[in-house]
Amino acid sequence: MSRDSLQIDTNGQLRHFLSISGLNRQLLIDILDTAESFAGVTEQTVKKVPLLRGKTIVNLFFEASTRTRTTFELAAKRLSADVLNINVTQSSASKGETLLDTLRNLEAMHVDMFVVRHADSGAAHFIASNVAPHVSVINAGDGRHSHPTQAMLDMFTIRRVKGPDFGRLRVAIVGDIMHSRVARSQINALNLLNTGEVRIVAPRTLIPTHAESLGTHVFHDLQEGIKDADVIIMLRLQRERMQGALLPSEHEYFELFGLTEDKLANASPDVTVMHPGPINRGVEMDSEVADGPRSVILEQVTHGIAVRMAVMSMAMSPRDTAAGQPHAG
Amino acid sequence: MTELADTATIIGDMVSELAENISRSGHANPAIVGIHTGGVWIAEQLHQQLGISEPLGSLDISFYRDDFTRIGMNPVVKPSELPFSIDNRHIILVDDVLYTGRTIRAALNELFDYGRPASIVLATLIDRGGRELPIQANVVGRHVELKDDEQIKLSGPDPLTLEIQKTV
Repeated sequence: MSRDSLQIDTNGQLRHFLSISGLNRQLLIDILDTAESFAGVTEQTVKKVPLLRGKTIVNLFFEASTRTRTTFELAAKRLSADVLNINVTQSSASKGETLLDTLRNLEAMHVDMFVVRHADSGAAHFIASNVAPHVSVINAGDGRHSHPTQAMLDMFTIRRVKGPDFGRLRVAIVGDIMHSRVARSQINALNLLNTGEVRIVAPRTLIPTHAESLGTHVFHDLQEGIKDADVIIMLRLQRERMQGALLPSEHEYFELFGLTEDKLANASPDVTVMHPGPINRGVEMDSEVADGPRSVILEQVTHGIAVRMAVMSMAMSPRDTAAGQPHAG
Repeated sequence: MTELADTATIIGDMVSELAENISRSGHANPAIVGIHTGGVWIAEQLHQQLGISEPLGSLDISFYRDDFTRIGMNPVVKPSELPFSIDNRHIILVDDVLYTGRTIRAALNELFDYGRPASIVLATLIDRGGRELPIQANVVGRHVELKDDEQIKLSGPDPLTLEIQKTV
């Protein structure tokens, strides 16, 4: 089975959520619309809907994460599912158990969904191609490859702030593109939603070699790259993934690529500033920008819950659509 | 396909019955909540004709359905909007067609996740029988006898028309 068909069943419905590539525009819009409805659940006194009652979801994290894991956990709980958090770096893997054995053991506990984060690209795909037919897999970040729910919550945030027409938007993604699975997924999603212009802005050492083929315009100067931009997405500098001398120093990086109020004057007057977190203040951006009126960084976190509820419930929808129509009356 | 009685006439009947219900109960200034999609259309009419001052509420019960595990997510879920506090409020819940009672069960559960209403009255344009749950409407526009292979469908919002169709 090809990677693309792994995510989508024969009826065009979401089965696993592994990467943005392989999905179509309508499915992305369905995810955003469904997330919009889930956003309202937060306004209820009881912040919970019974959709996934009785289902068991395992957060299988082979790599540390606070924000992503917590919002996945909250999303699952607001859907009334039971959630287990398994931090594999501290458990079986260190005792020598293989990934497949870990998986088989968890499956034997009748798990319905795995939310997977792994340092290796392709880990979620590997797990999805090995699970039982009723089990769904959501990619919560694999290596440098993909982080599709982060990209969708960013699209959700952009749509909320700027409206549904991505065609009139100029979006600049700034920073460590090379090591960023978030950037890859964002670029795919922005292109699928027909964004007017997608730019990537970074030093030459932090841009992948095939950058132009991603359907983006490449800039090596921040001022040029954010000129007239409607949305600026700052990426975290991933020092832990850097091998060799890609950057002279964080201080010099901030001088050249750090976002400040002064530099923002080049962007569109109603520019929106985003960051997937965690922020390195004084490295990627000034606190003045991060906490300023143009920043939607905390909204992104809130939206992550609704978007993850949407993806989880869509992937957990039953496969057998022959079962009938929605109940009447 | 058969066309039914004029929808405006049926709604007019519901308005008088609801007005009487409100004055009899002494529950001044109730809030009206329609169930998506047809129920909201009817609720808009009732809201206007009864001169209710509270804004209109709407419920999409998709997240509360009992058949999610069989048929999955409704692709066109609309956000529920209850622009008032449910706590201690007298609610008039409105739907277009009352049939199995499962939609109303879901709507009641959703309402209670927003708060604890003082009371809920159910008003439906059509009651076609066929209940699978112990649920009855307080105000019914018309009772309609349908065969098993027939369904009744409200189209709208302008104009609101009722049609009896054969199910395929």
